[in-house]
Amino acid sequence: MAFWIASSPHNHQQSETSALMRLVIYATIPGILAQWYFFGWGNLIHIALAVTTAIVAEFTVLSLRDKKITSQLFDGSAILTAVLLGISLPALAPWWITIIGSIFAIAVVKQLYGGLGHNPFNPAMAAYVMLLISFPVQMTQWQPPLSLLAMDIQFNDTLAVIFSGYTPQGYSVEQIRTHIDGYTMATPLDTVKTNLTLGLTVAESMNSPVIGKHFGLGWEWINAGFLLGGLFLLFKKAIHWTTPFSFLISLFVCSFIAFIISPDSSTSTMFNWFTGATMLGAFFILTDPVSGATSVKGRLVFGALAGLLVYLIRNFGGYPDAIAFAVLLCNMAAPLIDQYTRPRTYGHDLGAKK
Amino acid sequence: MESVIERIKKGNFSHFHGGIHPPEQKFLTSTKPIASAQIPEQLIIPLRQHIGQAGKLIISVGDKVLKGQALTTIDTPMSLPVHAPTSGTITDIKLMPIPHPSGLSEACVILTPDGDDTWQPRKICPDYKLLSKENILDKIANAGIAGMGGAGFPTKVKVSTLSKIEYLIINAAECEPYITADDLLIQEHSPTILDGIKIIDHLLSPTNILIGIEDNKPKAIDALMKATADIDHLQVCVIPTKYPSGGEKQLIQILTGQEVPSGVLPSSLGIIMQNIGTCFAIADAVINDTPLIKRVVTISGQALEKPQNIWALIGTPVGFLTKHCGYQNNEKQHLIMGGPMMGFSLPTDQIPVIKSTNCILAPSEIEIASPFSSTSSKEVECIRCGQCADVCPAQLLPQELQWSAKAKDQAQLAKLNLFDCIECGACAYVCPSQIPLVHYYRVAKAEIRQQKLLDIKAEKAKVRFEARKLRLEREKIARAEKHKKAAEARKARMNSGTAAAKSEKSAVADALARVKAKKAQANKAIASSDNNKENPATEQVDSGKSQVANAIARAKSKKLAQQEQAQLDAIDTQQDNESPSSLATKQIEPVVIDKKAKVAAAIAKAKAKKRQKETTANNTDSNSESERNDSATTQSTSNKADHETIDTAVTESVNAPESANKTLDKKAKVAAAIAKAKAKKRQKETTANNTDSDTDTNSESNSESESNDSATIQSTSNKAEHETIDTAVTESVNAPESANKALDKKAKIAAAIAKAKSKAKSKAKAKSAIKSESDASLQNVETSTTKIEPSQEPMKNAEIEHETSDVQSKVNNNTADIDRKAKIAAAIAKAKAKKLANNTQKSSSESSKQKLQQPEHSEIVEAKAKNLEAENKKARVAAAVAKAKAKKLAASANKSTHSE
Repeated sequence: MAFWIASSPHNHQQSETSALMRLVIYATIPGILAQWYFFGWGNLIHIALAVTTAIVAEFTVLSLRDKKITSQLFDGSAILTAVLLGISLPALAPWWITIIGSIFAIAVVKQLYGGLGHNPFNPAMAAYVMLLISFPVQMTQWQPPLSLLAMDIQFNDTLAVIFSGYTPQGYSVEQIRTHIDGYTMATPLDTVKTNLTLGLTVAESMNSPVIGKHFGLGWEWINAGFLLGGLFLLFKKAIHWTTPFSFLISLFVCSFIAFIISPDSSTSTMFNWFTGATMLGAFFILTDPVSGATSVKGRLVFGALAGLLVYLIRNFGGYPDAIAFAVLLCNMAAPLIDQYTRPRTYGHDLGAKK
Repeated sequence: MESVIERIKKGNFSHFHGGIHPPEQKFLTSTKPIASAQIPEQLIIPLRQHIGQAGKLIISVGDKVLKGQALTTIDTPMSLPVHAPTSGTITDIKLMPIPHPSGLSEACVILTPDGDDTWQPRKICPDYKLLSKENILDKIANAGIAGMGGAGFPTKVKVSTLSKIEYLIINAAECEPYITADDLLIQEHSPTILDGIKIIDHLLSPTNILIGIEDNKPKAIDALMKATADIDHLQVCVIPTKYPSGGEKQLIQILTGQEVPSGVLPSSLGIIMQNIGTCFAIADAVINDTPLIKRVVTISGQALEKPQNIWALIGTPVGFLTKHCGYQNNEKQHLIMGGPMMGFSLPTDQIPVIKSTNCILAPSEIEIASPFSSTSSKEVECIRCGQCADVCPAQLLPQELQWSAKAKDQAQLAKLNLFDCIECGACAYVCPSQIPLVHYYRVAKAEIRQQKLLDIKAEKAKVRFEARKLRLEREKIARAEKHKKAAEARKARMNSGTAAAKSEKSAVADALARVKAKKAQANKAIASSDNNKENPATEQVDSGKSQVANAIARAKSKKLAQQEQAQLDAIDTQQDNESPSSLATKQIEPVVIDKKAKVAAAIAKAKAKKRQKETTANNTDSNSESERNDSATTQSTSNKADHETIDTAVTESVNAPESANKTLDKKAKVAAAIAKAKAKKRQKETTANNTDSDTDTNSESNSESESNDSATIQSTSNKAEHETIDTAVTESVNAPESANKALDKKAKIAAAIAKAKSKAKSKAKAKSAIKSESDASLQNVETSTTKIEPSQEPMKNAEIEHETSDVQSKVNNNTADIDRKAKIAAAIAKAKAKKLANNTQKSSSESSKQKLQQPEHSEIVEAKAKNLEAENKKARVAAAVAKAKAKKLAASANKSTHSE
């Protein structure tokens, strides 16, 4: 007759890290669907490629580190990283971009720092930044929405472009990106930025076909998809509301102030919210618990800082989008933020409360 | 600002941070009535069931006890008694596993019930208001009531607080899942509970009484509402269900909005909290005179057929209760005492129910698959999701605590307020990484406590060490001070010129002499090598022989030293032996001075050592003579006489006999002078006899046994032949006769000296002989205070003469026959000793007269005459000693022969 000894509490809500990760992956589906709808198969191919690479890389490093492979390989964290990286990459980027990025994210950013729970930086964003700096050409070949393309790109066309650089018909990425009218198209953020340097006002830029009716053809829907996924996560309590909330508010406030001051050279608040990777960053990147702040107050500061950085980099920096840079900078600041935002323990510093 | 009561009346409550909503599972037992107590076969009653110390045991094994009878009494403020839950026999008092997470054993009383359940006489008190407060407090204390919510804090301490109480909070929250003990107790016994509340009210007179109860117990709320409707200042506060609202601090925050500062008791805020079960126990104790011997325990869990609440006797083994409820799980038992959140696993089902046990949980495996068991840990890395911090009611940062706990960073743990953790388990409950956070905290807490203990120990040790160092330092200083004072005093005394001062001076002089003697010995070695050069022919042989002789001398001196102590009393009479030895040396006329010198040095060394030991004893005797001693020593020292001489002189002076007079002073000086002279002579190859005799005479006076040795040794070394040794022995024995024969002047003188020493008649002859020598001898004689000499004179001359001649002839003829001679010598010695003894008595009067006639020695002789009788005895002893020595010498002579 054996007695079962366990430490209290004996009850557990039966939540698991892997379940949490799975939930987050599911929450990306609306955004990915929107991406697929507007930009074709490119990102799906990249996601698949990234996930495969990530699993292989994770398996290799785990076996080198003598870790429990089965439990840790499928805890979902590597897959989530790969998915996020795949989403972030330009749809027509060459295959090796994904491979390199994925390996870097898993092997270097995550495992070399001690694996899950110990990485100071968000692996997907660190890999993205690494790729952007190392391979600027490939990393800026953004594909315009399908509706703006001169040709019709199918799955096999995309696959061929990603793996060989050319469609079966022999078109290069540059040719694909070329508008019917004969100019190369960029992302809405890029367009606005370029136009501003050309002396055009933001209002004039908004007439660009890339931007479409609202804040960017396709991009607005992708962001809406990620917002939907994020709300789902909030509803499931998989993420805490604080970080996305403070990030979005911060971005809103910054752009609003700028817009009030200089409406001609500043984009609208909603343009900032619904272009680029804003929603992805708000709900899927910044909420990464490992590299973020932990306390409520800390998360508010963390989010606000990220919002400010995103706005600054978008408007004054050299790169059109800024989520990745902002996230990495905030990751660096997170321990410091945590240090100074410790909650007051019950029964301590009662004087300060009153 | 609305008051707390107004707010509560409106149903607005404060909130505590965090909290969780685990499945309640209270339906399992909440609808069933409390089953009545069953008496198990055996009750295990731990002596300590509360926070504090165990009471003093007042029963012993074999005692019959009645139900409610106290087993222990209060002997410290934090102790509580335990009582017999039923009547029966105390069958054992031993260590048993107690209900504690550690599973440790503590002293328990084992009670075997007799089944009669006979109550001890009780005094029902229908109106507690007739009792004084002290009386009520006594009753509460003697009933052994401790907090029944889980912690087990002694209730008497809580209710006897002196602070002004604003809120009395009755905790009926029962926030842990599964547990319905309080719920059922309220449902069934609200009147009694109300009595208990009234008693506490009476004791503490709080401004408000608040009953905190979670909204998941509608029946209990109804019952309470009804029971308390007529009390104005009592509020039943129905609070939202959230774990852990039943925690003291949490409930206080919910009801009053106040936070209890860390490390402070709520009473300092004017708040007292009592568990509702405790109220029932208080009423029972005060009104019904019933000690705390039973309580409601929820037996729940899906592994039970009939989960229910039971009135369990304190001490009932858990297994008895689960069996009663139909426990089915036989393979992998998981019994939890307490709720699923804060309870602990039981290592066995023989753990007893105690005062604070509110629940026994017997879950099925699916029901509570604890992620934190020893066998199925699914712990993964923390991903810093922060959910733990969100639910922590103490607003701690569990994930940071966890890291610090893993890293054993105690400073950081303290900074993160680890000790404010109430171990509610909310963090671990929500942790997606399934980290047993509470377990980490418990371990860390234990480690910190341990470390604190060690620190205290180390601190104490340090203080002890410092104190010791200080003390040693103080003592050192004190000692130095003392020495300084003593030195000053001594100096003063020495300068004062009293006798005592002189003795002290002499001691100093002795020490000086000894040091010099050692130096001189070192020099002597050089001198001997010089001597060897002078005598190239004998050099090699001599050196070899001398070494042997030295060895022999040393060995002998040691032996003799041993004997000497025993013979100290009889020392005087031994002179007989000594003086002959000196004679013998004279007769032998050794060829090699070297040897003698060396031997003498060795002897002197040995003697010096011995005498040092004796000195103290002798000093006391010869205080008066110290003057003379000093002079002798100083003289000899200043004269740089032979080292041996110095030594002997020193020793002499030290051992100078009582008879020392002023005249002796002079004599001593003379003797010293002689010694000096002789030493010089000796160095100049004067006969060793002189030196020997000198040394002998000197040494004799000190300790005759020693001088005996030295004499013998000298003789031995002189001839370095066995025969010589023998003859020496025999001679020494026959010394008086040989002296009579007057071989030559020196011999005579020596003999005279020897005789004098050996109480032979030699004094007269010595006088006539070289004056200095005789002086010395006289001196020695005096010192030795032997008065046998005169008496012996005629006797020996007459009777012993032929014996001596025989012996001598034998010595001459049969030099090789050592053994024989030795024997003979021994025999002679014996005989002579006898004779001497006999003669002494006869001629004692005569001798005294003779002495008186001798003007020089008159004083001495007088002194001697006084001691005559005592000396007779001594003479006999000496004879015996002489015999023994003779034998030994013979033996050693043999040995030396062989070695050579």
